[in-house]
Amino acid sequence: MPQRNDPDSMAAHDVHERERLSNVHPSGWRNPPPADRYNLVVVGAGTAGLVAAHAAATLGAKVALIERNLLGGDCLNVGCVPSKAIIRTSRLYAEMRDAERYGAHIPADIRVEFPAVMQRMRGIRARISRADSVRQLIAAGVDVFFGQACFTGTDALTVDGAKMCFKKALIATGARPDTPPIPGLVEAGFLTNENVFDLTVLPRRLLVIGGGPLGCELAQAFCRFGAQTIIAQDWPLFLPREERDAAQILSDAFASDGIDVRLNTKAINVRVEGGQKLVDLVSDDYKSTVAVDAILTGTGRVPNVDGLNLEAAGVDYDNTLGIRVDDFLQTSNRRIYAAGDVCLEHKFTHTADASARIVVQNALFLGRKRLSALTIPWCTYTDPEIAHVGLYVRQAREQDIPVKTFTIPMHDVDRAIADNEEAGFVKIYVKERTDRILGATIVARHAGEMINEITLAMVSGIGLRTLARVIHAYPTQADAIKKAADAYNRTRLTPTIQSLLRRWFR
Amino acid sequence: MLSDETLLDGLQRAAFGYFLRTLNPRNGLIADTSRENSPCSIAVVGFALSAYPVAVQRGWMARADAVERSLATLRFFHDSDQSGSPEATGYKGFYYHFLDMHTGARVWRSELSMVDTALLIAGALTAGRYFTANTADEIELRELVDVLYRRVEWCWAQDGEATIRMGWKPECRFLNYGWDGYSEAIVLYVLAAGSPTHPIEGGSQCYEAWTATYQWENLYGYDFLYAGPLFVHQFSHAWIDFRGIQDRFMREKRCDYFENSRRATEVQREYARRNPRGFLGYDENCWGLTACDGPSHHLPELANERRRLFGYSARGVPYGPDDGTLAGWAALASLPFAPDIALCAVRNMLDRYPETLSGPQYTSSFNPTLASADRGTWVSTGHFGLDQGIVVMMIENHRTGLIWRLMRDCPYVGTGLRRAGFRGGWL
Repeated sequence: MPQRNDPDSMAAHDVHERERLSNVHPSGWRNPPPADRYNLVVVGAGTAGLVAAHAAATLGAKVALIERNLLGGDCLNVGCVPSKAIIRTSRLYAEMRDAERYGAHIPADIRVEFPAVMQRMRGIRARISRADSVRQLIAAGVDVFFGQACFTGTDALTVDGAKMCFKKALIATGARPDTPPIPGLVEAGFLTNENVFDLTVLPRRLLVIGGGPLGCELAQAFCRFGAQTIIAQDWPLFLPREERDAAQILSDAFASDGIDVRLNTKAINVRVEGGQKLVDLVSDDYKSTVAVDAILTGTGRVPNVDGLNLEAAGVDYDNTLGIRVDDFLQTSNRRIYAAGDVCLEHKFTHTADASARIVVQNALFLGRKRLSALTIPWCTYTDPEIAHVGLYVRQAREQDIPVKTFTIPMHDVDRAIADNEEAGFVKIYVKERTDRILGATIVARHAGEMINEITLAMVSGIGLRTLARVIHAYPTQADAIKKAADAYNRTRLTPTIQSLLRRWFR
Repeated sequence: MLSDETLLDGLQRAAFGYFLRTLNPRNGLIADTSRENSPCSIAVVGFALSAYPVAVQRGWMARADAVERSLATLRFFHDSDQSGSPEATGYKGFYYHFLDMHTGARVWRSELSMVDTALLIAGALTAGRYFTANTADEIELRELVDVLYRRVEWCWAQDGEATIRMGWKPECRFLNYGWDGYSEAIVLYVLAAGSPTHPIEGGSQCYEAWTATYQWENLYGYDFLYAGPLFVHQFSHAWIDFRGIQDRFMREKRCDYFENSRRATEVQREYARRNPRGFLGYDENCWGLTACDGPSHHLPELANERRRLFGYSARGVPYGPDDGTLAGWAALASLPFAPDIALCAVRNMLDRYPETLSGPQYTSSFNPTLASADRGTWVSTGHFGLDQGIVVMMIENHRTGLIWRLMRDCPYVGTGLRRAGFRGGWL
């Protein structure tokens, strides 16, 4: 369960919070009487659950949606939305300090008002919560229930004692932060994504444990707000899944920001002395102790499978890997499907969304849509951003696919030069001697926006030859993709063709 | 203007001088750098063992003198403490990266280094192939080389994994460097595969697992096996003649590692021509981003410098690290692959930055961006053994191919290459 035990953690209850809560869990809510039988009961109202409930209800199905906490799930309340809001402010502070590079004066007094940063975030979160509100669901014809769902059989469950039967069910209960087994950590108190956005005071000294996407994004943001930030990653590079150059560029960016980067480093013990947290770190045979005011962990997520009585429903699951599903997202109970973080390896909002759409088709319309057919991009919103889609080179080579990478450094892209945003690259992986795109990694200030073009190309079966014919507005940073396609075209000029061309122009 | 031959001869001989000045004659160890209290680096010893035959061949050193120096080194390693204790010299046939110049004991809590041991052993094998006379000393020399090679437990260094771990410490066992992609370690894998006593488990599978993270990239118009720092494209080539021989990866790419290093050299040149970070001096004839010494804020004269500085670092293109520091010798070490552009760069850099030579030898690096009125261009102080060693060997390979020829005839190398999947050419 969420660790809401940090002394600095004190959620602000302002007008924005009141609006959000009235949208995602109104006080005094009373569950409606359940219908006799639902076409679809959705357990969990995060992204997957909301998408499935809206889609199924729009198509005419009788739908119930059950949520034990807040509609919108992690993404809206404690994930993508609040983190991107504060990252934007942190970028602004970084740009102010870096103003001279843009030919501008550095403001005389750059003062970070952390409460204002968080207030802005809460305002944005409240606004976006309107789309996920209980009113929207009711208007769509969904029966909304707040409470703990508990299966009582293969086609029935209860919510706070009320029984409901279903033809089909979807489990979309999401995941929660894993608590790293570091002695003393729980006693000392620590932050996760579930309570870090409740902070109203900026920790003066912050230790981030874990160099995955969440740890990297928030370490950089808090450093830019002025926290003395250390990031300890139990691996030689950040974002171990991403390719080496991407992780290396990120390490350099962190060092430029002033983050104390501790790679290949484990936190092994935490204790509290004199009101500060002392954390013992070990890197190979080098031991050190750091004193901080707050610890943020981002070391992975575990699926929410507790309290559902899945055994009664005949649904197989694993406490670490989550609910077991086949490629059609069907569980071991043919009536019951799963979607989103509770069952997927790629725990992203957009995969939760895509998997929910598969479930609606497969569960309600005899569809045979496959999870494995999805082309899933993702992005880590550091500065620069790191985005990826499709295969990595290593994966392609493991599958014996000969692969060639077309690389365009951002310093070869006019708009990136004009923007002073030259750190990064576009790498497009193609099957050797063809133009078929296997995947791509983009490291750039706006990589998350740029990766969509590659995803579109992959989903549509468009190769680099066609991309080279797509006129890109000039100057844009996405022109890097066109440059990679042009580089591919140049490799088609084999010595034989070049010789023929020379003869032609003789 | 000096002829190419005169210029190269002067630079090569000057570089060799490093091994004369930094030797402890009692144990044959060579210092990592010429700076005061420098420990020995085992990799530099490997370069020294390879450089003595060059010196004999060129008449810079009497054969007996070279044999005596080589024997001192080989006897030391043969008799060294192999217990793996924190103060030993080695373990399982591998050696700690840095050793005390006098006692040969581990210093700086350094790691048992697999790749540096491979460079040391490659040097020993070079000596073994050159000193082939039937004299008592040269017979002993060859026997010692054989013992040193045969006792390396390459398979132990896999620690049950598909690839070779790159370091080990008695305090914490195998280190997790997480190396990915192409590196200077081909020579390590070839020697490890060729061992008649303790070869790597899985042979070609182990090598293939190492190459699984290779990236074949089209960058600046060149198709090549990507690695940022130039030394990655040079070190294994100091010993192994990769012209015309191909492993599975290079067969698929219709290339070889020699041609690949030529393209990597062209990529360096392209990067310097673009000079995306706007450093002074960089152009198509002024380049050389590699592992080298460099400016750091620890130096009193640079304490207030606002730029990021990387000290000793593996500088590379196109993603850095790059703080405006170039290694003049790195261009020279690309001589066999791209003689025209390498020589052009060497002459240009020496002409514009003569201070990059200290005495007649290359310093580790220079940085024109950090020039000041009183000291001029920033130049690394002293000399580094690795830099001098690669200069001696690559000039020799360019001039006569001596080292390549010696190692082509080394059966362990041939076996190792074949087991790694290399075919064609001289194999």
